Amino acid sequence: MREINAKQITEAVKKLCIDANYYIGDDVLAAFDRGEKVEESPVGKEIFQQLKENARIAREEEVAYCQDTGLAVVFVEMGQDLHVVGGDFNAAVNEGVRQGYQEGYLRKSACHCFSRANTKDNTPAVIHLEMVPGDKMKITVAPKGGGSENMSTVNMLSPSDGMEGLKKRVVDWVKQAGSNPCPPVVVGVGIGGTFEQTALIAKKALLRPLGQKNPDSQVAAVEADLLTRINNLGIGPQGLGGRITALAVHVEMIPCHIASLPIAVNINCHAHRHKEAVL
Amino acid sequence: MSEAIRLKTPLSDADVEKLKAGDKVFLNGVIYTGRDAAHKRLYDLLMEGKPLPIEVKGQVIYYVGPAPAKPGQVIGSAGPTTSGRMDAYSPKLIEIGLKGMIGKGMRKKEVVEAMKKYKAVYFAATGGAGALLAKAIKKAQVVAYEDLGPEAINRLEVENFPVIVVNDTKGNDLYEEGMRKYAR
Repeated sequence: MREINAKQITEAVKKLCIDANYYIGDDVLAAFDRGEKVEESPVGKEIFQQLKENARIAREEEVAYCQDTGLAVVFVEMGQDLHVVGGDFNAAVNEGVRQGYQEGYLRKSACHCFSRANTKDNTPAVIHLEMVPGDKMKITVAPKGGGSENMSTVNMLSPSDGMEGLKKRVVDWVKQAGSNPCPPVVVGVGIGGTFEQTALIAKKALLRPLGQKNPDSQVAAVEADLLTRINNLGIGPQGLGGRITALAVHVEMIPCHIASLPIAVNINCHAHRHKEAVL
Repeated sequence: MSEAIRLKTPLSDADVEKLKAGDKVFLNGVIYTGRDAAHKRLYDLLMEGKPLPIEVKGQVIYYVGPAPAKPGQVIGSAGPTTSGRMDAYSPKLIEIGLKGMIGKGMRKKEVVEAMKKYKAVYFAATGGAGALLAKAIKKAQVVAYEDLGPEAINRLEVENFPVIVVNDTKGNDLYEEGMRKYAR
């Protein structure tokens, strides 16, 4: 059985926290270019220019793209033939977050829910661990800002609501969120599973490269229709009116209970941040 | 897009009454940072009739919790946070003379009404453009609630800090107008 030292996990998580916050992906930058061309609103066009300039400054000066450097959401796919030695796995991930947020000059945004006292090192991380075949470990860090996370929801629909009811709920929700989640947004939608699973797949949908369609053509058709309807809302960049409200809609679907139709909408702002490493 | 209006803080009633929803403004001078926890403290002091640690009259509050400054930087990334969370506290601050708020996202009716009644405006800065906006901040100094970390109140000196008027003193709302114009 292959072994991996906990220190390697800490090092990887630390680097991913920093890189995700400094370097916006080429997929997002390409979407900004497209948005700037397509956007009809002069203010909206100018906002796309600002976002491109912001990304350039962050990348070149190695500073956070957004001051809200998020809670550190860490997805780990752990090969079943891999053994972690030299320390506690969860502690190793949290130590990586602690070091990354400190050394990268990233904002510490975690606080106690009652006293609102800041934990001062951005821990605890939100860790999602999944066992997979093989002897590797894939770590994805997706820092999640509060403004867009607040505009997310889980709904237990009735099967009788059907596809039209489901789509309407998603579009209404994005409309209600309006200017709050920093549009242009990326909309992650989970359909199916149970209460907690639908939320998790909505979040996982956000890890896909921007605009990559769901491989299931039926689901991809739902993504395309939702994107059109959302962009027809007219919310526009920063909610100031315009053609581009969402850069993409990513939908994940898994079977649900015969009595249920759970859906989750997890909104990401244009700081569509995630970086991964394989150990 | 129209030319930007340059304004210097503190702002007078006349300064803000001239502004219309949709106007592009470059703010200059001193502004104060304040978000959730700082607002709660200011509000609690007002309710107890105690003095505030900063002058509010004529001032502009920027809803931001900046990232830490790297060596050589004035301030870390510093874009706006969602303003709606300050709605519970804003009408009281407007009543005692606050003239401007900078943030992103919609305000409640009570805040819009207070802006009309006591003459104040709500500006939007580009959410998420924290690295870019930090360039317009020339000095930053914590002046209250240092224990709150990123939520402490900072006194910022800004040069041509770019904002757009969302809510003016007449009750106009750029978010509503913009959406109506582009909805299909």
